[in-house]
Amino acid sequence: MTLHKRHVGLGIYFGFLLLPIYWMLNMSLRHNADILGSFQLLPLVPTLDNYATIVSDPSWYSGYLNSLAYVGINTLLSLAVALPAAYAFSRYRFLGDRHLFFWLLTNRMAPPAVFLLPFFQLYSTFGLIDTHLAVALAHCLFNVPLAVWILEGFMSGVPREIDEMAHLDGYRFPRFFVTIFLPTIRAGVGVTAFFCFMFSWVELLLARTLTTVHAKPIAAVMTRTVSAAGLDWGLLSAAGVLTILPGALVIWFVRHHLAKGLALGRV
Amino acid sequence: MKRTENPRAWWLVLPVLAVVAFSALIPLMTVVNYSVQDIFGPGQRVFVGAEWFREILHDERLHSAFARQLGFTASVLSIELPLGVAIALAMPTRGAGVSACLVILALPLLIPWNVVGTIWQIFGRADIGLGGAFVHALGIDYNYAQNPADAWLTLLVMDVWHWTSLVALLAYAGLRAIPEAYYQAAQIDGAGAFGVFHHIQLPRLRGVLTIALLLRLMDSFVIYTEPFVLTGGGPGNATTFLSQYLARMAVGQFDLGPAAAFSLIYFLVILALCFVFFTVLTAGEER
Repeated sequence: MTLHKRHVGLGIYFGFLLLPIYWMLNMSLRHNADILGSFQLLPLVPTLDNYATIVSDPSWYSGYLNSLAYVGINTLLSLAVALPAAYAFSRYRFLGDRHLFFWLLTNRMAPPAVFLLPFFQLYSTFGLIDTHLAVALAHCLFNVPLAVWILEGFMSGVPREIDEMAHLDGYRFPRFFVTIFLPTIRAGVGVTAFFCFMFSWVELLLARTLTTVHAKPIAAVMTRTVSAAGLDWGLLSAAGVLTILPGALVIWFVRHHLAKGLALGRV
Repeated sequence: MKRTENPRAWWLVLPVLAVVAFSALIPLMTVVNYSVQDIFGPGQRVFVGAEWFREILHDERLHSAFARQLGFTASVLSIELPLGVAIALAMPTRGAGVSACLVILALPLLIPWNVVGTIWQIFGRADIGLGGAFVHALGIDYNYAQNPADAWLTLLVMDVWHWTSLVALLAYAGLRAIPEAYYQAAQIDGAGAFGVFHHIQLPRLRGVLTIALLLRLMDSFVIYTEPFVLTGGGPGNATTFLSQYLARMAVGQFDLGPAAAFSLIYFLVILALCFVFFTVLTAGEER
């Protein structure tokens, strides 16, 4: 009986999660005049015109490619630098380790708004403005500390005996790390990549400030085009729905991995 | 877990330090630099010492923005943490339902923040939005663009919608990591559902809940994009939180000095809050 009640509660919550998304999907399938003219729970005359506009216009779809590019670079970069550091934090004690660990976390707490102007100056100096690399580096501000944090948790769950056995078997550290240790925590790596992707994909403030034309993210394209067109709700919704798709795909591909990863290898 | 003394571990941390120095340390130093100078233009700057800090600390509007921020963060945390744990407990543990639940839960997390604002902007409108129209049909004169209380509530509901999933996913992972033997032991001892939750699940969730709490604390304290899209900080200043205020000061009015001083104080407040929580919550661990 209690099981039953639980499922009802879960169902209501999922309804609450999905309704606003459904409503945007509904809007995206209708013309603007239709949206403003009548209230329909289901689109009576569904149209794909809004999507056609986005797919056929380079100023729209290049936004998606730009976003994917810097998110990809950021995820790889974050993982590459965070893996060895997380290993060090989980296995060794060294001078200032606790303070360093906490200091890294503080960067995750910094309000992005604080960094707007200095970032712009710094990246201008290096000629990085309007490149994918600039946004990828800027997002390292919050993603690298997060990656270290998550990976450290996963690595601490791996018994030290594995390290010692490999050492006795004559493995040197780099080979041990790549061929034995990484496969052991691959679920953790998957989860970390997922979180890096997520936080880089959803961020707009920094991404918009550091780009002008060639690396402009889709979220920024949305805000500009919308203000110029005088709020075309249908087009805005279609663009919004398309920004959800990459995320939904990523979750779909890692869903088994995610459950397994989040559960530290059990399930 | 016991960790061994090894000074050479610094080499493993070096790449992280290099990246973070470039993306955090140098920019932060620039902010410090701004905060003690009055900048008229390129090459024209005067050292003003602590003047901006004094000005900021006596700014009435800033005080009220800070109070609003604290209220918002406290409300968000007190709703999202219990709700997230409850959802994690209600989730199925095996079968095809697990994947479906995880995908649906993770969905709001992967929507760009301005799109989250847009979704609720549309959903909450009384003329074209399902949510707004529904509340109107109940006879409540709801309008998030004009009524401060409505704007505040809409933001709160939006944040719960947006972020409770994170708590739920972390708590779910923590629950799955509890060995079956613990439950069997509890069964032998004759513990009820509440006993299992209180003595087994909650203590074992401590680690993930610490992460969830800190993440939500930090992120709700620096919330910017969603209110910017939904209410623009209004009506009046009803939903102007600290980041809004800062962005208005730095980019809108271009008051670099005061904005930088404010940035540093802002950062220190978050730091202090997180440090307190971090210390209290990890007090029992070996670290």
